[in-house]
Amino acid sequence: MRSIRAAAVGAVTMSLALAASACGGGSATGGGSNDSPKELTYWASNQGANVEVDKKVLQPELDKFEKQTGIKVKLEVVPWSDLLNRILTATTSGQGPDVLNIGNTWSASLQATGALMPWDDKNLDKIGGSDRFVESALGSTGVRGQDPAAVPLYSMAYALYYNKKMFAEAGVTEPPATWDELVETGRKIAGNGKWGLGAEGSNLSNNIHQVFVLGKQHGADFFTADGKPDFTSDGAVAAVKQYVDLMAKDKVIAPGNAEYAQNQSLGDFAKGKTAMVLWQTASATFRTMGMKDDEWGVAPAPVPSGAPGAGKQTNSMVAGINMAVFKNSDNIDGATEFVKFMTSEAEQKILNKAYGSIPPVKAAQSDPAFNGPATGVLRETLATSAAPLPQVPDESQFETAVGTAVKELFADAAAGRPVTTESVKAKLAKAQQQMPTK
Amino acid sequence: MTTTTATAGPGERTAGKTTPGAARGPRRRTGRIRRIGLPYLLLLPALLLELLVHLVPMVIGIVMSFKELTQFYIRDWTTAPWTGLDNYSLSVDFNAPVGEALLHSFLVTCAFTLLSVGLCWAIGTTAAICMQDAFRGRGLLRALFLVPYALPVYAAVITWAFMFQHDNGLVNHVLHDQLGLTDKPSFWLIGDNSFVALLVVSVWKGWPFAFLIVMAGLQNIPKELYEAAGLDGAGVWQQIRRITLPSLRPVNQVLVLVLFLWTFNDFNTPYVLFGEAAPEAADLISIHIYQSSFVTWNFGTGAAMSVLLLLFLLLVTGVYLFLTSRGRRSARA
Repeated sequence: MRSIRAAAVGAVTMSLALAASACGGGSATGGGSNDSPKELTYWASNQGANVEVDKKVLQPELDKFEKQTGIKVKLEVVPWSDLLNRILTATTSGQGPDVLNIGNTWSASLQATGALMPWDDKNLDKIGGSDRFVESALGSTGVRGQDPAAVPLYSMAYALYYNKKMFAEAGVTEPPATWDELVETGRKIAGNGKWGLGAEGSNLSNNIHQVFVLGKQHGADFFTADGKPDFTSDGAVAAVKQYVDLMAKDKVIAPGNAEYAQNQSLGDFAKGKTAMVLWQTASATFRTMGMKDDEWGVAPAPVPSGAPGAGKQTNSMVAGINMAVFKNSDNIDGATEFVKFMTSEAEQKILNKAYGSIPPVKAAQSDPAFNGPATGVLRETLATSAAPLPQVPDESQFETAVGTAVKELFADAAAGRPVTTESVKAKLAKAQQQMPTK
Repeated sequence: MTTTTATAGPGERTAGKTTPGAARGPRRRTGRIRRIGLPYLLLLPALLLELLVHLVPMVIGIVMSFKELTQFYIRDWTTAPWTGLDNYSLSVDFNAPVGEALLHSFLVTCAFTLLSVGLCWAIGTTAAICMQDAFRGRGLLRALFLVPYALPVYAAVITWAFMFQHDNGLVNHVLHDQLGLTDKPSFWLIGDNSFVALLVVSVWKGWPFAFLIVMAGLQNIPKELYEAAGLDGAGVWQQIRRITLPSLRPVNQVLVLVLFLWTFNDFNTPYVLFGEAAPEAADLISIHIYQSSFVTWNFGTGAAMSVLLLLFLLLVTGVYLFLTSRGRRSARA
């Protein structure tokens, strides 16, 4: 009898607990507060060679912040494959971190959800004002004309990395500056299991970055001025075809690269299997892959004229990481304080040095570390010949739809099927039809 | 939870009978309420959990399918506008790209499921029958066969993904480099071959379960049947056809249904093998729905597709159960 009563009491207690926990979910609509001023949760993106490297880089800085302010920052480094899903889930449930890193191309898409705190003048003043940041980096923080959804943290740009020894063996003295030169160089090197250029054919984001820049060079944007998808213009088709043709027609990319999606092309480069890669800030990764700094060189990515500049001579996207504050953080002041800390001149120098990226904070750029041969090229590219990806709410859908189209075209090329203007146009038309209609 | 209830019920009744003074009016009534109420009370946590884990998300999913739930509204679902049947009409308009892709994915999934379930069942049953008679090392082999089923899916499938790689994969190394069966190394993770790759992994992962269940079913077939058949001059094939398979019928009915549902809904295998954009030839419906909702941020359409999938699976399961139970009834009559 007693045990039954105990069981009954237990059952009631458990039911109540369940009911309470079911109702106790976070309110998704609530704004920010300062209910827990001594603690912050921070989702960092994976910037180093792996998650562990990032923890080693970031933890000492977080300790420094705790010493200064008494606020403890709980760090979680989220791999790229999970980051967007995690942010979406956090947005939906309202249970997210206080501060988070986002890929700067997602800014407009995430801005549309309303989950991120807008950086209006009042908030920007708290971290020293928008004048502290480089112009091009601020161009990737949300839809033009709206308050930024995030502030720039690390800036990156695409460049052409090449293997000095392989160039010397093939008798190449100068890194290619135009696409024709790149193809020519690639052909000289190709053979005996070696290839000219590496690519990540199954990595949707990387595909987008490459065809976006080629699109600029063909005078095409993938969106109209009022934000409607425009994937099938002649320029866009030519851009995608030119990129896939590097494998299909020019044969400077190994067919196996069509299935690469986990930076295998960097591994091939470090092993001396491919002579060139078009990549953003790869120096730290090469180092962890066992390549010495003097084994590789870096040059601006190719452009039609050979001299990078604005417009049709664009040779990189404005790549980078932004830092955002979750609107319903329960420590909104602490979160702002943390963003101020991370974008301070001193921290910018430390962090960007560790990751091989360029500080988007003007004052930090004067450090000699960012004017060396490798980072100098990246800094110059960002300053003169990089363009931000379209800042429209449908940007993330664009990455998926067009990125998948390019992946499928690479699969065709790898299998030896012809890649024609018609087949490219058909794939892009299909991608465009999958975009939201509103 | 249920076991507690089953034992507690009778216990309460005997306790009630032996308690002196239980016959008096009000106490008897509370006693009865207690007696009737107790099982329900004890069931309550399980019921709430069931609601919480299964029914509530399902209902929310169905509600979502009638809304336009894009990134503009996910932060506060209540503000998402109702769209009536728009999400459904978009999903089943097979002349438009979204519907066409869904239909393609559905057909791929049907073909994949038929082949996978068929092969899993055939291999599992064959192996179980071969392992029926005791021989040296049988226990070891049985354990070995169950390894694919026991391995964590992610670890197992990622190993397969390595083996299927174009440049350094084991599969191409054996097929191309050593046996010379192909002119050049094949692509398994992109293009049309991806269907074969997916099928191989799925069968490899699924057949041990069929093996396990059939093996258990075989233990229930009386030895005498085989002995009698042997005396009557029936060969091995006849014994399998006339005794083993008919006796396994009830087991097989459940087994095939479970395998069908698992395979049709399989998400992990294609996701780990191909990432979030599966090649067209291996675009299984679950991953297609995932892409339609998570990757394109259109959760309403994704939910509508999920509801359609649910209806289809309910229909198939219902028809299957109806047919098989009718078969059982007529067999009994």
